[in-house]
Amino acid sequence: MDLEPTPDEVTPEEVTPEPERSEGQIVMGRISRKGFLWAGAAVMGAYGAGHWLFSRREAGGTQWPFRRGLEANEGFWSDTFSEAHKARTFSEKDVQAERQNGDDGLDEDYDPSTWSLSVMGVNGQEEPITVTMEELQKFPHTEMITELCCIEGWSVVQKWKGVRLIDFAKKYPPPTVSGGDPDFQRLEDLVPYVAMETPDAGYYVGLDMYSALHPQTLLCWEMNGHPLTLDHGAPLRLVIPVKYGIKNIKRLAKITYTTVKPKDFWAEQGYDWFAGL
Amino acid sequence: MIAPTQLLARFKNAKTRERSELYKKHPLAIRWFHWINFPVLFLMIWSGLLIYWANRVFTINFLGIHIGPLFSDSIYAPHAPSWVPDFFVTKSTDDAGHVTRLLWSMDARLAEGMSWHFFFAWIFAINGALYVSYLVFSGAWKKLVPKPSALKESVFVVLHDLRLYKKPLPVRKYNAAQQITYTGVIFMGLGMLITGLAIYKPAQLEWLTSLIGGYTVARFLHFWITMAFLGFFVVHVGQVIKTGWNNFRAMVTGYELVTPDEKSVLEAE
Repeated sequence: MDLEPTPDEVTPEEVTPEPERSEGQIVMGRISRKGFLWAGAAVMGAYGAGHWLFSRREAGGTQWPFRRGLEANEGFWSDTFSEAHKARTFSEKDVQAERQNGDDGLDEDYDPSTWSLSVMGVNGQEEPITVTMEELQKFPHTEMITELCCIEGWSVVQKWKGVRLIDFAKKYPPPTVSGGDPDFQRLEDLVPYVAMETPDAGYYVGLDMYSALHPQTLLCWEMNGHPLTLDHGAPLRLVIPVKYGIKNIKRLAKITYTTVKPKDFWAEQGYDWFAGL
Repeated sequence: MIAPTQLLARFKNAKTRERSELYKKHPLAIRWFHWINFPVLFLMIWSGLLIYWANRVFTINFLGIHIGPLFSDSIYAPHAPSWVPDFFVTKSTDDAGHVTRLLWSMDARLAEGMSWHFFFAWIFAINGALYVSYLVFSGAWKKLVPKPSALKESVFVVLHDLRLYKKPLPVRKYNAAQQITYTGVIFMGLGMLITGLAIYKPAQLEWLTSLIGGYTVARFLHFWITMAFLGFFVVHVGQVIKTGWNNFRAMVTGYELVTPDEKSVLEAE
């Protein structure tokens, strides 16, 4: 009997042997498919999340999830903020060239001799209080050399002179939440916000009371040894080095103590309302 | 010239047949940290550029000669070639109503950039802290942190990658050059967090900003570490492509296929 296989008995395996896959390679095929299905789902999920985010309703010039994010950061950083945290102070030799930026609320035909400061919501006062420059300058003067940090990213060290808002507020205090007498050792009992405006209300900022009454917050009329120029906010501006430059309102004419979170020029454009440094 | 099929074979690894064993390379935790970090780092750099746009002051100077700004204005809003479909195009309309097709537009998006940046900074920090904690507590740092001999060994790795040193490198999870790079990247991440905090809260964290040398110094360092990250990213992705599919797949599945010999060496490491 002929045991040699005839050509038609040759099995296909013998002609083209199947590449033998090891157990490891077979398992790899399985977990690899699973892994890349997950990866694909993650990419689609990210695309969906992005689409969802940008289609949310607006809250202050941005989508509300962004606003919530900014507010969460505000909560974290204001919880840990106190007057013990001071902006760095510098020496005379560190003072840099002046830099002017932003002219919102600064009409060109403004006569600073018409200026006075009105303060609304002073404790126990129904009517606004009007303060002249002469009266303001009778408060103890404070000088400091601090860095103004613009939200754009640049910064300048400048010398400022004025009256600390806390000193001013001790004479014209904000009302309390409890209805009792204002106590500057218990800031938590004061109404929580201060609103500030230019004479034409073209620029306005909102501040939390803790930052407003921080010992480095100045009502300022002089920078680098000369009176403020009009484009730097003559006759009076706010200098608040624990905030970005956007909160350092120029040509300040109106201060309001309030329980309502005040509107803020740049917060309406999608920026952080708190803007704390 | 390398034929495309050869290139594909190299990418898929020519030794596929002998690589019959599964080697558990990256634990699940590491893979999560890695793939969370990838989009987060991308968002941080992208939103960082939206912020940097508002005050793009850093320049390239070489031997005191001013070469140019970083980056040129066209980086922020490059024109889209006409063949790019509308789906991938951002349209910008000027005051006169003229529409320009752009690949992307980073102009005047400072507020948005800050919103992204200060949200994802938390995720970047938490993910990074968990990653480092994992390395410490699992003992995985032992294969990652370079030994004193690594500097010399890494020279051979670089020469090997440049095809100037022909002998095969020893089989290891991470070679000396990888150890130095990956450990360095952890410190770069830490540097980003520290300089970032110094810029973010120069009053509340005044001690930190002063320690670094001030606000402008912190901003300078933050920017240049970002550039180093971009450099790392380019080399890392290049190396991953060069090393091939088997290696890349390990960062997704956790397993790499190795030869029985390699497996015994790797598991004894």
